[in-house]
Amino acid sequence: MASQTDITAAADTSSEDEAAVYLGLYRRMRLIRRFEDHVQTLFQQSLVHGTTHLYSGEEAGAVGVASVLGDRDRVTATYRGHGAALALGVNPEALLAELLGRSTGVCAGRSGSMNVVDLEHRLIGCFSIVGGTIAAATGVGLALKRTGGVAVAFFGEGTTNQAYFAECLNFAKVYELPVLFMCENNGYGEFTPYQDVTAGAIADRPRALGIPADKIDGNDIWTVRATAAAAVERARNGEGPQFIESMTYRFVGHSRSDPGKYRVPGELDEWRLRDPLTVARTGLAERYGVSDDTLDDVDASVEDELNEVVEAAKAAPFPEPGETAREFKDG
Amino acid sequence: MAELDFRGAVCEALDEELEHDERVIFFGEDVAKPGGVFAVTPGLFEKYGEERVFDTPISELAMAGTAFGSAVAGLRPVMEIMFADFLPLVMDSLVNQAAKYWYLSNEQQSVPLVVRTAAGAGGRFGAVHSQMPVAWFHSVPGLKIVCPSTPGDAKALLKAAIRDENPVLFVEHKRLYSIRGEVNGDVGRIGEAKVVREGSDLTIVSSMVSLHECLAAAETLSGKGVDAEVIDVRTMRPLDTATILESVEKTNRLLVVEEGPRTGGWAGEILAAVTEDGLGHIDDIWRIATPDAPVPFSPPLEDAFLPGADAVVESVLSR
Repeated sequence: MASQTDITAAADTSSEDEAAVYLGLYRRMRLIRRFEDHVQTLFQQSLVHGTTHLYSGEEAGAVGVASVLGDRDRVTATYRGHGAALALGVNPEALLAELLGRSTGVCAGRSGSMNVVDLEHRLIGCFSIVGGTIAAATGVGLALKRTGGVAVAFFGEGTTNQAYFAECLNFAKVYELPVLFMCENNGYGEFTPYQDVTAGAIADRPRALGIPADKIDGNDIWTVRATAAAAVERARNGEGPQFIESMTYRFVGHSRSDPGKYRVPGELDEWRLRDPLTVARTGLAERYGVSDDTLDDVDASVEDELNEVVEAAKAAPFPEPGETAREFKDG
Repeated sequence: MAELDFRGAVCEALDEELEHDERVIFFGEDVAKPGGVFAVTPGLFEKYGEERVFDTPISELAMAGTAFGSAVAGLRPVMEIMFADFLPLVMDSLVNQAAKYWYLSNEQQSVPLVVRTAAGAGGRFGAVHSQMPVAWFHSVPGLKIVCPSTPGDAKALLKAAIRDENPVLFVEHKRLYSIRGEVNGDVGRIGEAKVVREGSDLTIVSSMVSLHECLAAAETLSGKGVDAEVIDVRTMRPLDTATILESVEKTNRLLVVEEGPRTGGWAGEILAAVTEDGLGHIDDIWRIATPDAPVPFSPPLEDAFLPGADAVVESVLSR
């Protein structure tokens, strides 16, 4: 895998190369959106068990950040983590099989939707406790400081009111750890508007500790990628932790049981106009002259891929109940 | 073999493991430049530098998250939680993340971290600086719990904990720090209880400070015609019930002495395990634990609260 520097350099060599990069990122975002649509359908069919938190509407965040990471870097994601997993290259079939509790799942049906781990694809884990990503990434950053890697923590704006947030941002800054704190502000902490329960401006909190913070349009893949590239570069160069507040919106409820009645009327429609997929399609056409036919072909290839993924995951076996977990690793 | 006090044994284990494996790091509140509030870790910062031995802010959540994350990403962190009473602050990272990662990840990776902590009563620290945390963590699959009673085991088992591939809670009783004993350079074996006094009439199982009280009680009892065998649990999880069962098969009587609230404690777990698997060998089985109440502050109250040798003798003779 190319390093972050390599990817950025490649993207900058020509407009043609850049178009190819962003077309690839559009495909990844489309894959996430349609993956989540399938999850929702499978959920309604009682094939996805328990609860699940969809990333629909926030795709540019994970895809933009993942696009600037190299093989030394590691990511911690939240329980709304399907997008981050797919952005990092986790196999969609293995991810879906995991959600269906199948033995072919990325964690063999042990993690379910909220706790996926895939170290081969640099995913330290999805964390089902709010703030867990920040805590883990702080430690990952401590370890990666030795290797030149960068740790990325995805978290929602609700996390900024947790003790983990205050403690770990200070901790990361004191030791100048290479951590990118990626705050995805989707407007609501579960069902509650974040402004109702949050004092001051979120980005002012890291700034008070001397941590550089950018507040950005999180639905614009160009903005996210450029901002993340610069932040990761600074972290890698020894400038310590970095912070991005990425403004976005989830198009679905917090979890399966949430119809979203708390939304301000008209708000969802307004954000749909800023759908990251629409922004990407428009940008690809305007910046590089990518045609509708080309984009439609991408969409069609995503459909084909996911249809196969869904069929394979549904056909996969469940784990055998007789299998006993080993409590400890030997040695 | 050299003789060291308990705190020196802990420090020597840390020193040797920092020397042995450069992935080992050690951090906590006041542990580096000040050398620890219980004076356990002086000199390590000077020898290994701030990259590997460092003082932290008073941020237990960040510390625990750092221990977990750095262990997953390739280091072997040892973290000190100054008083065990602060452990509730680190429960999320320990219980929800570190202890489950091996399972949840489908064995992609384990989490080799150690949490050292000073625990226990008798130091006049009051109800919120004197607790024994074992029961809080005893029902957490994936987390090992080590409770040494001697300087020799403190060193050998801490070395083993640092080399272990799994998360380990390493409990150091405050009132043991100054006791002296033989230590060597061996790496101990986690998960093994030890018969520290042989006897034929009664098995007494205990740990940490209470173990020493039980050994004193056994001496007194031997003058009264009761020949007690004494077992040091050493590791609370995984619990070595085989060694205890083997002893009970011989003595047919079991007393477990625990410093910790009676309800939900590890003594009850041992009684249950022995009852389940050794019912046919049992003539008598009971426990002494501390009351289901906070640890008192006032010295006479605290002394009366703890299971001492006299109480053990009296309990045995009254059965």
